[in-house]
Amino acid sequence: MQIEQKNDSLSETSRAYELPKLGYDYKDLAPYMSEEQLRIHHEKHHQSYVTGSNGILQKLDKARKENAELDMRSTLKELSFNIGGHVLHSLFWGNLAPASKGSGKPTGTIAETISKEFGGFDRFKSEFTKTAATVEGSGWAALAYCKHTGRPLIMQIEKHNTNVYPKFPILMVLDVFEHAYYIDYKNDRAKFIEAFWNIINWNEVNKRFMAVTR
Amino acid sequence: MSETSMLCELPVLEYDYKDLAPYMSEEQIRTHYGEHHQAQVNGANEILQKLGKARKEKTVDLDLPSTLKNLSFNIGGHLLHSLFWSNIAPEGKSSSKPDGKLAAVLTKEFGSVDRFKKEFTKAAISKEGPGWAALTFSRKTGRPSILQLEKHNTKICPMHSILLVADVFDHAYQIDYKNDRAKFIDAFFHLVNWGTVNKRLEKLIV
Repeated sequence: MQIEQKNDSLSETSRAYELPKLGYDYKDLAPYMSEEQLRIHHEKHHQSYVTGSNGILQKLDKARKENAELDMRSTLKELSFNIGGHVLHSLFWGNLAPASKGSGKPTGTIAETISKEFGGFDRFKSEFTKTAATVEGSGWAALAYCKHTGRPLIMQIEKHNTNVYPKFPILMVLDVFEHAYYIDYKNDRAKFIEAFWNIINWNEVNKRFMAVTR
Repeated sequence: MSETSMLCELPVLEYDYKDLAPYMSEEQIRTHYGEHHQAQVNGANEILQKLGKARKEKTVDLDLPSTLKNLSFNIGGHLLHSLFWSNIAPEGKSSSKPDGKLAAVLTKEFGSVDRFKKEFTKAAISKEGPGWAALTFSRKTGRPSILQLEKHNTKICPMHSILLVADVFDHAYQIDYKNDRAKFIDAFFHLVNWGTVNKRLEKLIV
């Protein structure tokens, strides 16, 4: 309902990206994600993508107002990187929750769908883990949903914008940029991925799934 | 969600192969749709079946990075081509320029529809190598954006809704226009089904 109003009015205030508030405190994901790690990741890294996206949007606005030429190639590449980073981080915070609040394992319809596609939760967990572990350099592991075939599909994103399935709804993401885990785990990405499974908000993942399959 | 629908399928075109001439020839569209698009449907399905088999047989040595990259290329190609076929139509079948909510959204963002067309054309023409020009829409900001996709899967904002795409792989225009991509984009604008583009937008903001 809120989204509807926001978009319908197309008011000036809604024409920029905003850092979303977290649904928990910075300290709540410990010991799997420390307060310091989470704070820097949210306040600095994520904020920089929001600022970066809005900077490009303003640059576009200015060029259009002044009827100026634009270097489309580099501008649009930068835009896909920054907006991609913002979208993925927003999804990431939403699909995390304090370990005490989580169920540890998927519940509801998403549990059945994962089981059907992967032959069991353990197989899904091992494929998703492997996908995250094998991202070369910076990127994400994501669980997307294909509306055409009714299948959940794992996606391995490079940076924020490469090897993406266009338009596919995303149910869950895991950030494996070094900035996501370096303070807590140094270069031990595998340990970070293992920790991630303790702080997944499966309710949210199921909610996203219900919203796209409605 | 039945077993039979668990694979990708070539969508049915809403027009005949010959209906987009003179802007897109019967031969061009037949090859593009029947061979190129079909190849991506087949490619995506082969990977889906390979994944299914590996899960059934509990294979552990699945090369996920190359498999998933390949999947993003093929399933991306399938999705973008499906959008492409339905956002073009025989000239005269749809309004010759954006109207309704779409016209308002484009004018607000770009200053005018002409400026939008100019930027979209530039994005399509300045793409190095194969890819797409796309008009996307962000629900968070209520703003449309042009994107310049590399191949079918790169420089994409994840999850962004797509309103309009123009295929600028050589295979989209080689038969009709040789290497003259600018001429093809010019022709493309004669074929855009603005009604469909507007419908895609309305679905997002209503």
